[in-house]
Amino acid sequence: MSDVRIITGNEAAALAVTLCEPQVLAAYPITPQTKIAELLSEYTEKGILKAEYVRVESEHSALSVLIAASTAGARTFTATCSNGLLYMHEQLHWAAGSRLPIVMCCVNRGVGAPWSIFNDQQDAMSQRDTGWIQLYCRDNQEIIDTVIQAYRIAEEVYVPVMVCYDGFILSHTMMPVEVPKGEEVKGFLPPYRPHTFLDPERPCTINPVFFPWRRENAEGVLCDGYMEMRRKLQNGLERAKGVIAETSREYAERFGRDCGGLIWTHRTEDAEFIMTGMGSIAAETTLAADLLREEGVRAGVVGIRSYRPFPKEALAQAMGGAKLIMVLEKCLSYGYEGGVASDLKAALYGTGVDAPVVGVIAGLGGRDVRIDDMLTAARESLEGLKSGQCGNRTLWLNCHGEE
Amino acid sequence: MNEIIWHGRGGQGVVLASEVLAEAAYLQGYKGVTSAPTFGPERRGAPLSASTRIADEPIRIFSRIERPHIAVVLDESLFDTMDIAGTLREGGILIVNSDKPPERFIPGKTNSIRAATVDAVSIAREYRLFVGGAPVVNTPLLGALARVWNGIEMRNIERGMGFKMSPPAAYNNFQAARSAFERTLVNGGEGREE
Repeated sequence: MSDVRIITGNEAAALAVTLCEPQVLAAYPITPQTKIAELLSEYTEKGILKAEYVRVESEHSALSVLIAASTAGARTFTATCSNGLLYMHEQLHWAAGSRLPIVMCCVNRGVGAPWSIFNDQQDAMSQRDTGWIQLYCRDNQEIIDTVIQAYRIAEEVYVPVMVCYDGFILSHTMMPVEVPKGEEVKGFLPPYRPHTFLDPERPCTINPVFFPWRRENAEGVLCDGYMEMRRKLQNGLERAKGVIAETSREYAERFGRDCGGLIWTHRTEDAEFIMTGMGSIAAETTLAADLLREEGVRAGVVGIRSYRPFPKEALAQAMGGAKLIMVLEKCLSYGYEGGVASDLKAALYGTGVDAPVVGVIAGLGGRDVRIDDMLTAARESLEGLKSGQCGNRTLWLNCHGEE
Repeated sequence: MNEIIWHGRGGQGVVLASEVLAEAAYLQGYKGVTSAPTFGPERRGAPLSASTRIADEPIRIFSRIERPHIAVVLDESLFDTMDIAGTLREGGILIVNSDKPPERFIPGKTNSIRAATVDAVSIAREYRLFVGGAPVVNTPLLGALARVWNGIEMRNIERGMGFKMSPPAAYNNFQAARSAFERTLVNGGEGREE
């Protein structure tokens, strides 16, 4: 019999982590992530999770601890968000550059200033170029399923994975979640095999200063320089596209639930108007699409699950029939536009998909994202398309002040 | 989809009431249930709310509930600070912890909503339900809810409490809820809504 529990996103994350049996944990509490840190501490204390929980004074130290632990061969986990994630910034690069398969939950929250504890996705977006894989969850079921998949993906391509889900909206909202059995997760997730092992018996230096050129090592073997190492990181993330899709497929076969791999779609077969986004806002757009269909609009949704690597090919294919695309996102690159909109436009360049892309900035700092507002933005853009007035523009949803 | 909002003050247990209802609704066969607190910091005594969404299909909406079908009010002093009845949908139900008759809570110009009251404070006292010296009114109001809304059955509220409380606490709270079910006053008759 399936084990369905009504739980919050943070509880789902903590349960998933426990099922994956990491050996070293370190986390610094920050709203709205705190509950994960508390639960994992409790599970460790009670012996439900046989792990070393290292108490740290900051997020920077939390990730430093995991970098060391992962290098020594341990499966690891941490969670943070917002300014805590920003404080980790330097170590995010280090973890990815070291090719350590660390898994972290980012419970998406706006960043200060002004101070906010509420949801948006600016935190993870601002860490886009650190070399981490970023997967976004649309509900609590996807949180538990994605965390489990994240370990398998990370350990296959040796790239750290950030599992992102919306703070409060998912982290604090209870909903039914099917919890997989420990034995089944074990069967899906083989033990972690580190690529380089820090071993006291064979002391070595890992990641010393690399020169701009390639050099021979002590045995006379010509080794990679910095640029070759960085190219390998890029290749790792490119290879992750296939691994993410394949992991999702195999997970679906074993557990009966499919998060979609790189992207997921909702009523896109004949869709001329396609909405897209990441996380809970993308789930909400499916409702907007259904309502637009009742008005006779051929609307559909393409949800972006993997933001890095960016699923360029899959998106171009899924949006092939679009006459108008609307990106709803909870972040932006100040001085330009939403990051997802930029990336999407670049991905579609030269593919023959030349639909206008309307960017919609929504839900910053927890501002309510209402279906009615989405529908209004959609209808206006569709009208604009008819009259030829709809270019690549950016709208601010449910926001006052000057345009 | 049914949207239920719980208004109370920090410490009164609106979040727990919403969670028990979500558990009960799922046990009753609804595929879509969500329970969410007011997002943000909480302070004892400050007004706060929790919301429950219940539907046959999984919930795909996470925005705040603006026009609830049912509003449950744990503290009638909240009527001084907000227009709770005014936010209800046409045909909505207002449930108030109060020893006053339900008609008192229906604004003059609105005839389309139904109101119910139950003296949850007295019931909590009878069943010795106290937290920090204050009577526990959240669980009796679940009984009042089952009385006026056909969507949920008492036996599932009982089972829902079993998920959220120790067995003795669940037993005692359910007895209080059952008493509230019996003693709820409904304006315009006794019928449950279909």
